Amino acid sequence: MNTLNLLPVLPEILVLAAACVILLVDVFLPDGKRHVGYWLTQITLLICAWFTLTTMQEQPVLAFNALVVDDVLSDLLKFFCYLSVSAMLFYSRGYMLARGLFRGETFVLTLFSLLGMMVMISAHNFITVYMGLELQALSLYAMVAMHRTSNAASEAAMKYFVLGALASGMLLYGMSMVYGATGSLDLDAIARGVLTGEGNRTLLLFGLVFIVSGLAFKLGVVPYHMWVPDVYHGAPTPVTLLIGTAPKLAAFAITLRMLVVALGGLAFDWQGMLMVLSLLSMILGNLIAIAQSNIKRMLAYSTIANMGFMLLGFVAADPNGFSAAMFYSIAYVLTTVASFGVVLLLSREGFEADNLDDFRGLNQRSPWWAFIMLLVMFSLAGIPPTVGFYAKFTVFQAVIQQGFVWLAVVAVMTSLVGAFYYLRIVKLMYFDEPVDTAPLESRGDTRLVLSMNGLALLLFGVLPQPLMGLCVIALAYSGFL
Amino acid sequence: MRQSPAAGTGKRENDVAFLTMAPTLSHYLVLGAILFAISMAGIFLNRKNVIILLMAIELMLLAVNMNFIAFSSFLNDMAGQVFVFFILTVAAAESAIGLAILVLLFRNVGSIDVEDLDALRG
Repeated sequence: MNTLNLLPVLPEILVLAAACVILLVDVFLPDGKRHVGYWLTQITLLICAWFTLTTMQEQPVLAFNALVVDDVLSDLLKFFCYLSVSAMLFYSRGYMLARGLFRGETFVLTLFSLLGMMVMISAHNFITVYMGLELQALSLYAMVAMHRTSNAASEAAMKYFVLGALASGMLLYGMSMVYGATGSLDLDAIARGVLTGEGNRTLLLFGLVFIVSGLAFKLGVVPYHMWVPDVYHGAPTPVTLLIGTAPKLAAFAITLRMLVVALGGLAFDWQGMLMVLSLLSMILGNLIAIAQSNIKRMLAYSTIANMGFMLLGFVAADPNGFSAAMFYSIAYVLTTVASFGVVLLLSREGFEADNLDDFRGLNQRSPWWAFIMLLVMFSLAGIPPTVGFYAKFTVFQAVIQQGFVWLAVVAVMTSLVGAFYYLRIVKLMYFDEPVDTAPLESRGDTRLVLSMNGLALLLFGVLPQPLMGLCVIALAYSGFL
Repeated sequence: MRQSPAAGTGKRENDVAFLTMAPTLSHYLVLGAILFAISMAGIFLNRKNVIILLMAIELMLLAVNMNFIAFSSFLNDMAGQVFVFFILTVAAAESAIGLAILVLLFRNVGSIDVEDLDALRG
C-alpha cells in the first residue's frame, strides 16, 4: 500500500485553496477594496514560487499512482508560469480598473487557469494531460468573454471556444488510438509499449497524427493557427497577455512529455510532421504579420512564427534540440510579457493603444518606454545583444547539427522578413512625430516590474549561459538527456 | 446466436446475416470514426448556426468515448472507462461555458449566425 505523498503537488493544492479563498473573500469586499483579492493572488504566486523552488528534488517523484510527476523540469517551467502570471497582474491593474475588470472573478479565473497549466506541466498520464488542458482552456474561454459589453470580445470567445474544443477533441481521439495500441494511459507504459513493438503500428501512427494536430492547435502553428489572431485581437489586452505567455510553456511541457516521453519510439514519424508545421508557421506567420496595422494582431502572427521557430528544436529531436526549444519558449514568454506590458502601459481609460500608429513618436513622449519597447522588438526579431538572438541561435545550431542545413537557411530568411515589421515599430517610435500626446500615467510597481522585465531581456541576452544551463540541467535531471 | 426471424428460407437468412453476428472491436471503431467524421463535417461545413457547432463538439467527444469504451472492453483494462467518466464531466462543463458565451454573443451581436462572426478579420 502506498502512503499518500502530497508534497509533489503542494503548489497545486495551494493554488486551488487560494482560488477558493479569494472567491469567498471577494464576496464580502466592498467595491473600493477589490485590491485585497489582487494582493492575495500575488502573495499566493509568491508562496507557490517559494515552495516550488525549495522542494525541488534531483530525482523525479511520481505521485498519485504515477498520475503526476514532480521533476526539475516541471519546477522550472512552473516558476516561469508564476512569473508571467504575476507580471500580467502587475501590468494590467490600471487597465482593468479603468474598464471594470478589476474583480474577484478575474483573479479566481487566472488562478484556475494557472492551476490547469501546472497540472499540464506535471502530467504523467493522458488523463492528467487532458484534465489540465481543459481546466486551463475553460478558464481562458471565460476570461476572453470577461468584457461583457464588447462585441469583439464575445466573438473572440466564441471562436476560441469552438476551435479549442475541436483541438481537445482531436487530441482525445489520438489518445484513444494510442490507448488502443498500447493498452495504457500512463506515459511510461505507453513508451514501453511503443518500443517493444507490441502495439499495432498503423493504429499508433493514426493516433500520432491526431495528437500532433491537437498539440499544434494548442501551440497555434500553421495550419491550425486560425484562432490566434482573432483571439489576440478581440480579447481584453491583459487576457491576451495571459493567453500568449504561460499556456505556451504548458503546451511546450505536454508536447515534450507526449511526443518525447510517451511516443519517443515514433520520433522519426513526428519529426517529419513537426518540420512541415514549423516551416509553414515561420513562413506564413512572418509574411502575414507585415500586413497588420493592429499591434495585437501583429504580435499574434509573431507568436505563430515564434512557435514555428520553437518547434525547430523538436525537429532536431535530440537533447540539444529539446534544451534549445525550452530556452526558446522561456525567452519568448519573457519577451511577450514585456511587449503586451508596454501596450497596456500606453492604454488609458477609453483608449486602447492597439494600433501601430499609437506608437508614433514614443521616444519624445517617454524615452525610457521607447527604449524598453526597442529591446522587446530587438528580442523578437533576434537581434543581439537581446535574449531572442541567443534563443534563435541555439535552435538553428540544433537543427544544423542534425544535418538540416536547408531548414536553418529557410528559418533565417523568414526571420529576416520578420525583422522588417519589428523594426518598423522602432522606426515609428524614434523617427516619427507623436499623434497622441497624452502623458503616460502608471503605477510605480507597474513601472518597476516592466523596467526589470525589459532589462532582463538584455541581461539574458548578454549572459545567456546561466539560463541555458538551467534548461540543460532541468532536462538532464528529468531524464530527457 | 439469436434465431433469425427469417430462419428457414435460405436466401433471406444470408441477406440479414449482418444483423445477427456479434459486433467486434472494428465495428465499434468504425462507428467511432463515423461519428467523429460527422462532427468534423458539422464544424467545418456548417455556415448557419452556432448551436450546431456546439452539438458537433459534443458528438466529437462522444465519438472518442465510444473508442475508449471499445478499447477498454477489448483490452480488459478499466483505465479507459475511468477516462470516459472524466471526459463526460468535462464535456458537461464545456457545454455550459459554450452556451454562456453563446448567450453573451446573442446579446451583443443580436445573431447566432456563423456568418455574422466577421468583425475580427485581417
